[in-house]
Amino acid sequence: MMENEMKSCRNVNENPCNMCMPMGGIIALKGIAGSMVVLHGSQGCSTYMRRHIAEHFNEPVDVGSSSLNEKGTIYGGAKNLEQALDNVRRVYNPHVIGILTTCLAETIGEDVERFADEYKQKNGLQDFPLVTAPTPGYGQSHDEGYWFTAKRILVCLTETAPKHDRLNIVIPHISPADIREIKRILGLMNIEYTLFPDISDTLDRPHERPYTKMTSNGTALADIKTMSGAAATIQMGVTVEDSFSPGKYLKDTFGVPLYRVPLPIGMAGTDQFMETLQEITGQPMPASLAQERGRLLDGMIDSHKYNFQGRGMIFGEPELVYSITKTCLENGLHPVVAATGSRNARLGELLQPSIADGGEKIHILSETDFCHIKNYGEEAGANIAIGHSGGRYLEERAGIPLVRVGFPIHDRVGGQRLLSVGYTGTMLLLDRITNTLLENKHKSYRKKMFEQFYQAAN
Amino acid sequence: MNVGAVEMLESRQDFIATKGKQKNQIKCDADSIAGCVSQRACVYCGARVVLNPVTDAIHLVHGPIGCASYTWDIRGSLSSGSELYRNSFCTDLKEQDVIFGGGKKLTAAIDELVAKYSPSLLFVYSTCIVGVIGDDLDAICKSATSRHGVEVLPVQSSGFIGNKAAGYRAACDTLLQLIEPTKQIWSKKAGSINYLGDFNLAGEAWIIEEYLREIGIELNVVFTGDSTYAKIKTAPQASLNIMQCAGSMNYLATKMEELYEIPYIRVSFLGLEDTADSLRRIAAALDNVSAAAKAELLISREIAKTKPVIDWYRGKFAGKKAAIYVGGGFKAISLIKQFREIGVEVVMVGTQTGRQEEYDTINELVDEGTVILDDANPAELERFMVSKGANLLVGGVKERPLAYKLGIAFIDHNHDRKHPLSGYVGAINFAEEVYSTLCSPVWNSIRKGDD
Repeated sequence: MMENEMKSCRNVNENPCNMCMPMGGIIALKGIAGSMVVLHGSQGCSTYMRRHIAEHFNEPVDVGSSSLNEKGTIYGGAKNLEQALDNVRRVYNPHVIGILTTCLAETIGEDVERFADEYKQKNGLQDFPLVTAPTPGYGQSHDEGYWFTAKRILVCLTETAPKHDRLNIVIPHISPADIREIKRILGLMNIEYTLFPDISDTLDRPHERPYTKMTSNGTALADIKTMSGAAATIQMGVTVEDSFSPGKYLKDTFGVPLYRVPLPIGMAGTDQFMETLQEITGQPMPASLAQERGRLLDGMIDSHKYNFQGRGMIFGEPELVYSITKTCLENGLHPVVAATGSRNARLGELLQPSIADGGEKIHILSETDFCHIKNYGEEAGANIAIGHSGGRYLEERAGIPLVRVGFPIHDRVGGQRLLSVGYTGTMLLLDRITNTLLENKHKSYRKKMFEQFYQAAN
Repeated sequence: MNVGAVEMLESRQDFIATKGKQKNQIKCDADSIAGCVSQRACVYCGARVVLNPVTDAIHLVHGPIGCASYTWDIRGSLSSGSELYRNSFCTDLKEQDVIFGGGKKLTAAIDELVAKYSPSLLFVYSTCIVGVIGDDLDAICKSATSRHGVEVLPVQSSGFIGNKAAGYRAACDTLLQLIEPTKQIWSKKAGSINYLGDFNLAGEAWIIEEYLREIGIELNVVFTGDSTYAKIKTAPQASLNIMQCAGSMNYLATKMEELYEIPYIRVSFLGLEDTADSLRRIAAALDNVSAAAKAELLISREIAKTKPVIDWYRGKFAGKKAAIYVGGGFKAISLIKQFREIGVEVVMVGTQTGRQEEYDTINELVDEGTVILDDANPAELERFMVSKGANLLVGGVKERPLAYKLGIAFIDHNHDRKHPLSGYVGAINFAEEVYSTLCSPVWNSIRKGDD
């Protein structure tokens, strides 16, 4: 069912739906308390990615670069990287530094892991946490970059630790508002946890005076060290390949039981998360959450006929696409396209049963671009698009309204405040979708009816 | 104010000067220092910004997806015709291509794009890895050109070969290739001018074109705002080049003077003073008496309309201080003058890629004590904005959140802005934007908790 065949151009990506590997790596590292990131490559990579992230979050995003020039490219970039680490340490005084490689560093064969060891030796920094992750832009997409870097953080920093009662909550790249909602739910359940990686404050900081370049929030280093002793890991990541999976690493290396669940989006998705929490802790769902669930049910019924009119194109990071597609299905909104720019086989496999359920075909596109998303969607009569702001292209060229969710959102404010997880978040997401369908209907139905029935008859 | 908390790097000291305190010239046009968190982008970025406004061209990035992703339709250049330039095309190189070479894929990509869009022009941008794996862009483009009868031009913009300014030059080299007459020899069109260094952001080039039309001067082609393949080809027939953004276009102007005997003059349409001055100098350079007279009429009419508005705003800005951090020197210089027009003092000026002569001009223009800096980073911007008591920053997307976090107003002078800042209408927009941010009531809420 995976449709990789390209309709027009096979050798051209026409209007990309994804970003490159180090981008995801930066996001993951920004979720660690006191962290600073250095990209090993040419200056432009860090600037472009900073700009892309800053425009979404409206936050200062500082990322260092080894600023490789021609000389460094020919003779090796160790000297540049060393200088970059020295300077970043002096100006930012970080508690952990992540070194991500880029296309250039990987192509010239830089060994950053060895470099990191030598740097620590040379500077008497044996205990300083340096995380290295090879993330060439041509390797995979930002989604794999995120998961792989998250795993590398654990590989570099997690140590054997005595057993404790906390849960590891490993999350995909979701909005700060979503992260805060997950924490609220865990709080209502009285669960102790380490949520990893946590950008909820680092990339969505309250206005404070005076401003400080670094914040102490984010996942604490001390907590990352002891994730090995946790009672269990819940990884909201069912589309993640094993080799990139932080939860799988903790299970294989330290024997931490792993529960893989989808993002708590949609009724079934959130139920699964809540059931997993109940199973692990033996605690019931608190009454207040049961009420939120009831309200979601009520709202789903209120909106079901409107949603039934929807034919959706869903695109973006695989994990989000999976959960939103399922949410559409459970509300009678037919997803005609579920697409990701990343190369992800699991998305198709996981959605397969929903397709087999009968009904209409879903085009599941992996490693695709907006040209293809648009072609498939238009052909299947899509009337709503759900995904990041790259979809404004669908709005502009195909007149298909876009519900913005995911990353990046560059043409509207508040991407960091979009809430879509949990029973309450699902209700908000569903309302955004339903209201977009309604708005479009109200805008066009008078004219449509007039043309169809009055003009045709007269 | 505890500004000592912001650590400064010694290696950066030559790039920073305070007017009146140092005799030495500021250091510029050097590679960014590793780990300094430079605000500069890369060679490819520089080339792409210059060429992107060519509307009917296919802009094909030969490289990994990121380079294409981060530059997809992020510029506010407008088109009066084709929208082809607003697409992002990329060969999306993968590991296999890096190992075995990406030449075949590029050839196939060009073939497919020509078949799908029948464009008259393709730009093929080189990226970092292409520079390392050694795909022969020149040969591939040449062969595609003869195969399809469509001009396929390489842009040598591998990210590591220099800074953003090297990209401007790479773009100009490609434009020169495009301009070079093949069969037809252009006869000069008397009184016709090319306009270099306007990218038609929010229709800015159209505003200037209208001014010129009014005073009876024909605009031949704009480099590169709202330009097309056919229009660019006519460049040699102009009798004068006027150049606004010198950082990106100086090389092209000099080369065109050398190759096609087209003299050039510097212009700026930012602010009342510069706009009037530029119109007068264009008429004078063309020795066009009628244009000179019409220019005076236009200027006095527009000033009569605009000046009272500007003066009203001016009254609101008394005692306010501005910091400037922009891409090139031309923009910084124009902004200093424009702030003077609206009565705002400039206390800090920096650029990503300003040239020595531009820094000299900046130094002449600003007051004693103004901090001037090249290739600054967030830590330095923070330090000097705070220590100099800036109330407002002019910059791009990356600088905006920093200003806001510091409780400082912000003016967007980036390529993705959606309102024109050129000409008389632009001067009003500028004052209005300064007012909207400097005098916004939100700052009252923020300062509520202060003692």
